[in-house]
Amino acid sequence: MLDKNQIAKRIAKEVKNGQYINLGIGIPTLVANYIPNDLEVVLQSENGLLGIGPFPKEDDIDPDLINAGKQTITMTKGSALFSSAESFAMIRGGHVHLTILGAMEVSENGDIANWKIPGKMVKGMGGAMDLVASAENIIVAMQHCSKDGKSKLLKTCSLPITGIKCVKKVVTDLAVLKILPEGGFKLLERAPGISVEEIRSKTEGRLVVEGEVPEMDIQ
Amino acid sequence: MINKTIKDADEAVKDISNNAVLMIGGFGLSGIPENSITALLKKDISGLTCISNNAGVDDFGIGLMLKKRMVKKMISSYVGENKEFERQLLSGELEVELIPQGSLAERVRAGGAGIPAFFTPAGVGTEVAEGKEVREFHGKLYLMERWLRADFSLVKAWKGDTAGNLIFKGTARNFNPMMAAAGTITIAEVEELVEAGSLDPNQIHTPGIYVQRIYQGKDYEKRIEQKTISQ
Repeated sequence: MLDKNQIAKRIAKEVKNGQYINLGIGIPTLVANYIPNDLEVVLQSENGLLGIGPFPKEDDIDPDLINAGKQTITMTKGSALFSSAESFAMIRGGHVHLTILGAMEVSENGDIANWKIPGKMVKGMGGAMDLVASAENIIVAMQHCSKDGKSKLLKTCSLPITGIKCVKKVVTDLAVLKILPEGGFKLLERAPGISVEEIRSKTEGRLVVEGEVPEMDIQ
Repeated sequence: MINKTIKDADEAVKDISNNAVLMIGGFGLSGIPENSITALLKKDISGLTCISNNAGVDDFGIGLMLKKRMVKKMISSYVGENKEFERQLLSGELEVELIPQGSLAERVRAGGAGIPAFFTPAGVGTEVAEGKEVREFHGKLYLMERWLRADFSLVKAWKGDTAGNLIFKGTARNFNPMMAAAGTITIAEVEELVEAGSLDPNQIHTPGIYVQRIYQGKDYEKRIEQKTISQ
């Protein structure tokens, strides 16, 4: 079973040279730590920055420089700052190549739910609905099951959804899965030591297994 | 040159009264109009509608206005950092419209730009789409969102001049420029107020035409929500 950093590490392998990328809050933010140094990518923060750098040293903290998770950050060389309207123009306009975000549930046709638990948690969708409606490639990072052991990969989402038919790939603590255009989770990779049977038992939606499923490389 | 300068925050908000619709700039606690909020808290008003991406935290920013029960309705995209907000919402004391952040930004922009409605893909197929017109363009579904306008917009900039021209710093820009344009009366507070002519016109982010009142803010706390450092 992968820990959060290992999930982030695995997702970092999906990143391609020259991409503009939006990382959501939580595990997706950790992905930045594992993007290989030889790739030139630009991280977008929807509160108005292209070119998120590492967290600052204590002396360099600037309250006027935060990411979408409200964490203090720095800027890389060649950064650009802009308004929230401009930020979502580049998101809606399809200029951001890759969006990585967390989820509470994903359905086998690529619907995602990650913003509301009726009567319990009302935090709001933030920029997630805009991102999932427009990005050409959307990867979800999440635990395979909820804390009480229920599958989060479902036939249909039970929670209010954030977007329809938009998720392309899911990376969990147990597996890497691709959402098939006709519906279904195609098992691409297993976490080290995790069997296909275990993944099947923890996936409520349709799981498609073809041939030998390799273990993930998270080195 | 039209001089927009006023004395201080108290004078800036003196005619904001019950049931006013306000836009309040900022993302999280970054770029919020701290002085104008403090001045509002001194007033005995209620029934406000606040359009702001977030709702502050329990003891800072808009969170303080919620605690004082000044706010009837919030229009926001993310309110996760405020327990009092969540309590008032779940108990039904506070009316809340949650909308996608990009739609919020564009609705405010449209308000200032005189565009009454537009189509966006954000929220199609979700509860955000309920009651909204959905149309297909080039094979994809989009829903209609309407502009937002306000009686007063409270914004915060880094530098400003007496003509109302504004320059923002870092990610503290966020919603401030669009809100400046969408308010009938826009109140700008700045960290540094200079004479008109001192700022480079090439560097102005918000032209003074959108700003009706400007004043020099003071004692900025600029509270950090998530202090993260690298060793």
